[in-house]
Amino acid sequence: MSVLSFRDVWVEYGEKIVLEKVTLDVADGAFVSIVGPSGAGKSTFLRLALGQEAPSRGRIYLDGEPLRAEPGPDRGVVFQKYSVFPHMTVLKNVMFGVQCSDRRRSARDEAVEMLRHVGLGDNLSAYPSALSGGMQQRLAIAQALITRPRILLLDEPFGALDPGVRLDMHELITALWREHGLTILMVTHDIKEAFKLGTRVIAIDKRRRDPQAPHRFGSTAVYDFPLEKANARVPAELAHLAQPAA
Amino acid sequence: MPRLLNVRPRGGGRLLLGLLPILLLVLVYLLASTARHAANAHDKILPTIGAMAEQVRVMGFEADPQTGHVPLVVDTIASLRRLAAGIGLAAATTLLLGLSIGLLPVVRSVLGPLVAGIAVIPPIAVLPILFIVMGLGETSKIALIFVGLTPFMVRDLASFVAAIPEEQLVKAQTLGAGTWLVAARVALPQALPRLIESLRFSLGPAWVFLISAEAIASDVGLGYRIFLVRRYLAMDVILPYVAWISILAVMMDLGLSALSRAAFPWAHNARAR
Repeated sequence: MSVLSFRDVWVEYGEKIVLEKVTLDVADGAFVSIVGPSGAGKSTFLRLALGQEAPSRGRIYLDGEPLRAEPGPDRGVVFQKYSVFPHMTVLKNVMFGVQCSDRRRSARDEAVEMLRHVGLGDNLSAYPSALSGGMQQRLAIAQALITRPRILLLDEPFGALDPGVRLDMHELITALWREHGLTILMVTHDIKEAFKLGTRVIAIDKRRRDPQAPHRFGSTAVYDFPLEKANARVPAELAHLAQPAA
Repeated sequence: MPRLLNVRPRGGGRLLLGLLPILLLVLVYLLASTARHAANAHDKILPTIGAMAEQVRVMGFEADPQTGHVPLVVDTIASLRRLAAGIGLAAATTLLLGLSIGLLPVVRSVLGPLVAGIAVIPPIAVLPILFIVMGLGETSKIALIFVGLTPFMVRDLASFVAAIPEEQLVKAQTLGAGTWLVAARVALPQALPRLIESLRFSLGPAWVFLISAEAIASDVGLGYRIFLVRRYLAMDVILPYVAWISILAVMMDLGLSALSRAAFPWAHNARAR
């Protein structure tokens, strides 16, 4: 069963075509990584799924229902930065989601449990500015998961972290994905990360280029690999993309 | 010897360095005053410390035999009332308009050009209009402070709220918040410390508008008194009044700063946002 479906989706800004003919389905329980060169439209892709942007043509479905072009509680998100609220303590940041859906429930115990789970049990009353980059992302993940979204969208979530911290975060997100049976769509420019974490890797890029009018061809899914976790290696066709992460 | 750029005074040294120019200014005044009084014992332009102390006693601690009030006290109360009313109204309006213009693109489209247009009008230029429309009473003085502060503060707060990262607004919506909850729980709490900061910057202009309005039409107030005694060249009253105004202004500034630190500790961390 597919959670999120794109049907012949185009995104155009005036003359410029960013995405063209994107058709794909994200299966329930999948961990889909999206890779592609800078400017290929990875972020546009995620903005579509979030509802921050509407496609110029085509349709997007969430659980079979047409997606409204507005962010909603059925999709959780973790951005590279600015994901958490600087004016709330760690605990309040996580409780916020529950309070939005049900004003009467304080949800304190639930939030504490979730924060323990991501390793922030000792920082409940700290403000985000006192946390390290990795801890802030742990908080952002806990905050997104507390409302149990149908799909978790990750926009370069570990891109700003140190390599060691990034490895810890890989373990955390994999564990959460397994335990909670999450469906995850992650955009990343780190192709090794894409293959390490994903059960499926989609590369988006332009299929054709017109040197006179490069903006007239948009990106689409040029590779689509379902992966067995055992042999998740970067294939030769994509090796050129595997530059060291910026 | 370290470079000048790397010399950082600390603790007592910094306090001493800060006092130095003040003491120097006082010294220069005393020398000039003494010199003028040596030439003319009745000099009014640079009164002696003793003469000013005498006026502080008369104006600040003795009831005026005609009115039965202590002038400095009634002037201070009248002026602070006007300031509080004007600044309070300006802050409330700023919160409402600044938040909605900054957060809601629709409101920005409707009100943005109007606020930008009003903000460039010199407030003193509309003072006659206020006097004509509202009379010479308290209302027009409060209105001048309000008109003088609000457009600037609204623009400042609106641009601050508009600069809240879009990620936060999207995140809040994915957590189930609607327009109202995003405004009340994401934008408003972050706007409050900025509003206080903007108020601190507006205290100077607020005093300018207050004194201007009091100078033109009033029968009580710090500005009224200064412009009244100007007719008699009473520098021995004016200088203590000006000093008193600066003490009041500094206390308000420190008060607002302390309030912000106590109420919004997260906004005063080294690594904000």
